[in-house]
Amino acid sequence: MSPNLLAVLPELLLTLAAVAVMMLEPMIAPGKTRRPLGWLAIAGTVAAGSAAFYQLHIVNAKGPITAFYATIQVDAFSVFFHLLIAAIVLVTLLGSLDYFEAPITHGGEYFALVLFGATGMMFMTSSVELLMVFIGLEISSISTYILAGFRKGRATASEASIKYFLLGSFATAFFLYGIALLFGATGSTSIGPIATGLLTTQTPRLALLAVAMVIIGVAFKVSAAPFHVWTPDVYQGAPAPVVALMSTAPKAAAFAVLLRFLFNGVGGYRDHWVLLIEVLAVASMCIGNLGALLQQDVKRLLAYSSIAHAGYVLVAFSSCHQDAISGVLFYTASYAAMNVGAFLVLTQLSGFDERVRSLDDFTGLALKRPGLSALLGFFLLSLIGIPFTGGFFGKFYIFSAAIQDGHAKLAIIGLINSGIACFYYLRLLAAIYARPLTDTVHRIAPRRVTAPAALALAATALATLGLGILPNRLLHLVERAVPQTLSTASDGKSQ
Amino acid sequence: MNLDHHILTLLLLTPLVGAVALVLLPEREGSKTHAIGALAVTLLTFVLTLHLPYHFNYAAAAGSFQFEQNLPWITLGTTGNGIHYHLGIDGLSLWLVVLTGFLAPIGVLASWKTIQHRTRLFYTLFLLQQVAMLGIFVSLDLFLYYGFWELSLVPMALLIATFGRTENRRRAAIKFFLYAFIPSAILLVALLWLYARTGTFDLPTLQAMAAAHTISPSWHALWICSLVFLVAFGVKVPIFPLHGWLQEAVTEAPTAAVMVLAGKLGLYSILRFSFGIFPLESRMVAPWMIALGAIGIVYGSLIALIKTDLKKLAAFSTLAHVSFVVLGIFTFTVLGVDGGIFQILNESLIGAAFFVLLGLLYERYGTYEMRDYGGLATKLPWIVTMFVIVTLAAIGLPMLNGFVGEFLILSGGMQTYFPHHILWTIAATTGVIFGASYMLWMIQRVFYGSLGLRPQEVKGWDLSPREHAELWPFAILFLVMGLASPVWMKAIDTYGARAPHAGFPDCTPPNHCEMRFVVVHAREAR
Repeated sequence: MSPNLLAVLPELLLTLAAVAVMMLEPMIAPGKTRRPLGWLAIAGTVAAGSAAFYQLHIVNAKGPITAFYATIQVDAFSVFFHLLIAAIVLVTLLGSLDYFEAPITHGGEYFALVLFGATGMMFMTSSVELLMVFIGLEISSISTYILAGFRKGRATASEASIKYFLLGSFATAFFLYGIALLFGATGSTSIGPIATGLLTTQTPRLALLAVAMVIIGVAFKVSAAPFHVWTPDVYQGAPAPVVALMSTAPKAAAFAVLLRFLFNGVGGYRDHWVLLIEVLAVASMCIGNLGALLQQDVKRLLAYSSIAHAGYVLVAFSSCHQDAISGVLFYTASYAAMNVGAFLVLTQLSGFDERVRSLDDFTGLALKRPGLSALLGFFLLSLIGIPFTGGFFGKFYIFSAAIQDGHAKLAIIGLINSGIACFYYLRLLAAIYARPLTDTVHRIAPRRVTAPAALALAATALATLGLGILPNRLLHLVERAVPQTLSTASDGKSQ
Repeated sequence: MNLDHHILTLLLLTPLVGAVALVLLPEREGSKTHAIGALAVTLLTFVLTLHLPYHFNYAAAAGSFQFEQNLPWITLGTTGNGIHYHLGIDGLSLWLVVLTGFLAPIGVLASWKTIQHRTRLFYTLFLLQQVAMLGIFVSLDLFLYYGFWELSLVPMALLIATFGRTENRRRAAIKFFLYAFIPSAILLVALLWLYARTGTFDLPTLQAMAAAHTISPSWHALWICSLVFLVAFGVKVPIFPLHGWLQEAVTEAPTAAVMVLAGKLGLYSILRFSFGIFPLESRMVAPWMIALGAIGIVYGSLIALIKTDLKKLAAFSTLAHVSFVVLGIFTFTVLGVDGGIFQILNESLIGAAFFVLLGLLYERYGTYEMRDYGGLATKLPWIVTMFVIVTLAAIGLPMLNGFVGEFLILSGGMQTYFPHHILWTIAATTGVIFGASYMLWMIQRVFYGSLGLRPQEVKGWDLSPREHAELWPFAILFLVMGLASPVWMKAIDTYGARAPHAGFPDCTPPNHCEMRFVVVHAREAR
């Protein structure tokens, strides 16, 4: 197989599956179930995941694959994210197969858009050319804009879609402008040449401005404060399975871009950008957690929680310890497991028309749906960071690296924040296990959980538990992924 | 296969597997399946814990751990030697493990009738709580320990939130959780800092490093770290100014949960980890802790005197009792530490028996308000007998267990070398008097005098066979522990005898001056 083809094999398979779904969609009569299209999309995702495994095999044997004039670089780092994104998409698709209770028109597009979005995200993680990253970013963003408004006809859905689109375009413009300025400062838009160009640039201030703009563009995508204002509204209006996807997969991809860009591209300017990252981290943790305290709507609450979690990950960026970078990878994976899990439970509980929204609606849930309640409770405990869950070990790993690197203050702020955070998670948890209010219980869908959804829930729960109890396997993968890509980054700073 | 190497793992697995099994059992309204299952599991756990004192090697070198199991668990990147699954017990934890095993079946029996709905949830959480507590006592790896420590909050908070008595239960649960969780989150920073310094989470290794003063050259960092440890543990005890959560949690929690709510976990952690890793800093803070202990005793007793709600009274009497232990262990004398550890056992047993009895009264009359009671003695002779036995044990009547602990602690308080110790010990001794007052007064108001309002309206009944089974073990233990305390002391003393000079391998300071010398000397050695 030619290296070019091999390098984009997962993306290629996803695109093929998505196109097939799009072409088959009009052939299914309106009002008929779109489940077969969902299964097709799932097959495509499984194929892409297997292709990523194959890539890992090749990468382990022969080293990184570069393709398309060195704009694409497939190494253990990008394969890790390919696998993660494929897993998130797979679980989300399984969880949303039966999401459309009354088949809505063009339901198949949902599956195609998810796949297109995943293609973009995968491209983001394997590109080492910023313009290619930008294209990946756009592909993933545009799909998510549409998905956010998929519950057509509802005011909140339209608000979510338009808000996300307008602010998102603004952020990508920042990102693009940053690339342009970097090109001006260094004469290249490729990460490797940027690193060398920065050493000899005549206009260091311009380069700094460019770095700041790129960081802002990415910060929007990972919903780091103060670029987070869209998050609560979008999460509230978007369908729950879409939120499961967009709160994890695009963020993982964006963190991958940020890692490559900051450590490989502009690692020489670390002293300058590290302050910016620290401010973002502290602001995200504090604003996310304090904002969540006031929320009544559970999706908004989880939106603020995702802002806070972005802050925890950014803490790791501030230290140059190699464990910190592995910590980012580990945390994105464990956050994906628990957050996708939590939103899939919400999907099951509230259904397409979102009957269960506010904290009061959850009161007494455990009596009506004990299994789903226990799962949601478990994911919430993992989000709090209770030991023996993936959430705890991720936090532990990140803050451990921060302290090893002398950032004890950030770690203290972070852990105090996780203390504050447990208040709102607990409020939800206590409501679930409280005695029911008589009028709320009826809103909870009496539907049985279907087999694919049960599989998805079991997978996320097992992943969350497994990452907490036996994280060794993923840690090995993560640690292998880091040095190959970011060796230049950690060399310079680990003295 | 030798059971000794796996017994601790087996101890943790039994309730865990039991909890999983209970989740899988279908729940039917009014069925006793889950209660019976939980009883079987807790009894089995208790029997397993009894293996430990029988096979404990009392002659082994003091300070060594037994029944050890040490396996590599998680490798942590490029640094240190990672996290180990390291279990083991010594004279300090031996009886605490047995105590935990002993209280569990009684907790199940005490919930037999009061918990009628959602039994699956209740007993599953109860068993998970059991796992967490046993884990705390047997973990010798700081990461593993921290895991169980945090885990112990979750079932307890959920038990309070779900099975609490009044509408205030959610508030009480969240308050309890926040109070304990936030200091624990900062404790994690301290643990990570220790790991960054030393590259290990292994307690024996850290103890050796502490004794050699090689953890960190920074005096301030160690000092802050030790305070973080102390505050995190102190909240859970609770030590005097950190007791804000106690009253609400005690008032709300169901009997089985409240029996294990306060005391032993925090006190054990102070002895094991604060004293173990920060021997010098713990001695520096000791005068303050002795003062807080004495204040806690007097304050708790005085507040208990004015409370007319039985559960609130019990909450503050708990505060007074755990403060006794704090006073004892921070004297750093053999008598004080031995007595303190013995008193942890007493306090847990007496407190548990007291809460069981209060639960029985509540079951019958539906109130904890003392004013609603009165004149029960003639109607409920067995209950009043038990109440009196528990009261006498609590106020430290000679021949019963409370006396042994209090006597040793107060003797330790007189012996120690810290400033103003005599003053504080005298203050603590007045606490004994106040303690007797509020307990005896409580007995008088509930059981004697004219028949109260509630007993006139509601027909009570005396102890049922199940309730006899809950209470007699306590009554017998109180007497046996009072008369034959050496059975327990034999193990406790292997820890307590080293307490004065633990962490200072070269010195055996018997008195004040030499101890000062050790502290100054160690500080200069840094």
